[in-house]
Amino acid sequence: MKVHEYQAKALLREFGVPVPDGDVADTPARAREIAQRLGSRVVVKAQVHAGGRGKAGGIKLAADAAGAEAAASQILGMRLKTPQTPPEGIVVRSVWVERASAIERELYLSMTLDRTRATHVVMASPAGGMDIEDVAARTPEKIIREWTHPALGLADYQARRLAFGLGLAGEAFKQGVGLIRNLFRLYLAKDCSLVEINPLVVTTDGRVLALDAKLSFDDNALYRHQELVALRDVNEEDPLDVEASKYGLNYIKLDGNVGCMVNGAGLAMATMDIIKLAGGEPANFLDVGGGASPEQIENAFRILSSDPAVKAVFINVFGGILRCDRLAEGVIAAVRKLGLTMPVVVRMEGTNVELGRQMLAESGLALTSAEDMGVGATKVVALARGATRG
Amino acid sequence: MSILVGRDTRVLVQGITGKEGTFHALRCKEYGTQVVGGVTPGKGGTTHEGFPVWNTVEEAVKASGADCALIFVPPAGAADAILEAADAGMPLIVCITEGVPVADMVKVKAALAGGPSRLIGPNCPGLITPGQAKIGIMPGHIHKVGGVGVVSRSGTLTYEVVHQLTRRDLGQSTCVGIGGDPVNGTSFIEVLRLFQDDPDTTAIMMIGEIGGTAEEEAAAFVRAHVTKPVVGFICGQTAPPGRRMGHAGAIIAGGKGTAAEKMRAMEAVGITTVKSPADMGATVARVLGKNGQKKG
Repeated sequence: MKVHEYQAKALLREFGVPVPDGDVADTPARAREIAQRLGSRVVVKAQVHAGGRGKAGGIKLAADAAGAEAAASQILGMRLKTPQTPPEGIVVRSVWVERASAIERELYLSMTLDRTRATHVVMASPAGGMDIEDVAARTPEKIIREWTHPALGLADYQARRLAFGLGLAGEAFKQGVGLIRNLFRLYLAKDCSLVEINPLVVTTDGRVLALDAKLSFDDNALYRHQELVALRDVNEEDPLDVEASKYGLNYIKLDGNVGCMVNGAGLAMATMDIIKLAGGEPANFLDVGGGASPEQIENAFRILSSDPAVKAVFINVFGGILRCDRLAEGVIAAVRKLGLTMPVVVRMEGTNVELGRQMLAESGLALTSAEDMGVGATKVVALARGATRG
Repeated sequence: MSILVGRDTRVLVQGITGKEGTFHALRCKEYGTQVVGGVTPGKGGTTHEGFPVWNTVEEAVKASGADCALIFVPPAGAADAILEAADAGMPLIVCITEGVPVADMVKVKAALAGGPSRLIGPNCPGLITPGQAKIGIMPGHIHKVGGVGVVSRSGTLTYEVVHQLTRRDLGQSTCVGIGGDPVNGTSFIEVLRLFQDDPDTTAIMMIGEIGGTAEEEAAAFVRAHVTKPVVGFICGQTAPPGRRMGHAGAIIAGGKGTAAEKMRAMEAVGITTVKSPADMGATVARVLGKNGQKKG
């Protein structure tokens, strides 16, 4: 799960990580009030779950309160398009207004999981403000890494090594060490999957500040963080993804026209792959899970077929726990209830497959069955093409 | 004759009185697995569906001689259940639970390091030695006794390949689901090593996913240590970057962990890769049929 910059900065502040003074606004008038209170030059930043906001016109500098109001009125309501947003962009619903900082140096700091070493890693670089992937590729020596102890966490000497590596000295060094320690405390306490501060800045008056903050959280740990669940902004997610999550379905909307309904994440990905190999494009990833009920199957069907791009549906289920006769029951009920007319190809295998196939054949519905996933993919891609022309 | 589990394995089910635990304990027993009982704290001394129940793993091990823990405890208690099994000296711990927080697994992995317990999972279907023992949630009837070792990060995709193999009369020595989480107990490498050393495994089918570098590391191991033929498939060739594809570990992050990269790494060491998931069984048949040697 991701959160907005203003939410991330509130968490940082709570954990004693310095951030510029500021507040969030959803109207230009409110932005003016905040700037008035700050009484300085301010930065007005679009709040969307995507990077690359500056280049897309989502971040503006304003000299005073009137300027802040003008900047906010330009940004609020705009459809921000960056390389990280969907092609149609995201509508900006709020802006963060903060005191502009006089920057002396820009640094980089992040924390995440190192899968290979099976522990958390803190990364820092004196080359801040840039894409860290580029830095890693071009000047790998500019990235300092400290792997933390799985039980003891980040040791003070590691925080000091990071701060020295960032070239901090004197008062800024002390601040930097404290900031790194506090940020790691936040990373662990909130079960973050990523904390990225880019840039971390040293101001001309010698303060170390987190100028930007990107936080994402381990979805598996949200059960113990109701305070984070409350920060979820469904406006930032695809409406069909949100709808699917209500029914415990794992759905991700994609750009193609072949709807997929599969049990299990690996088989669901493999099904998308085989549709592509057959010359088609999958419209979604959908894992109905191991023990899907007929109701879940019906909801899954409703959600994937409500995507207007979907021209045909491919059901690929390997029934282990999920019995094929129950799947057939769910599919037949869903197609009848929703009055679906688009072509549906069903490939099922496993427990009670004969009974399931018989039920589909006797249902009188226009369901095409396929004996294996290769044949099924070829059939559904052809049907989707036919439907597109017709 | 297989790896890790066999007809002598004595299985203790942690979380046996829950819905999943009950269902699968019975299915495993039906298959012929020696399920000696289960653990549910607070229900010790009772009997559940004919299985004796203990309060702690320690008591259960003493009373039953169990040497394998099968865990169905919900995510909030799963890490603790693994630690309890390890504390009781359980040589093999299989954690089926999906949704264990990553930070919990970082601690568990460190706690188990250097100790005698091997962990499979979490977020996995378990493992099966056909004809001997099924320790997990896979449908037993699709398997067949034979010589193909299967190792996979995925559940239903593993059933798919097993089905394709069995249909071609290619049985399996052991099938191991190592799980779809970013931090898990046993890696591809450890299972590959076991298959390489198992005289009854004649070929290895390896199924990977997008995300992380476990497949690349496995490929390097194959180059150095595996002489048996290996067939590989990576799912998620069409997955968009930055999105978690169901499994917590299946995510292309920072441009790394793509299927194409992994397939290239496998091909570079002589692993026969399969483009289409419909061709996994046929490819193993072809590799075994032509010769028993690793293909270049």
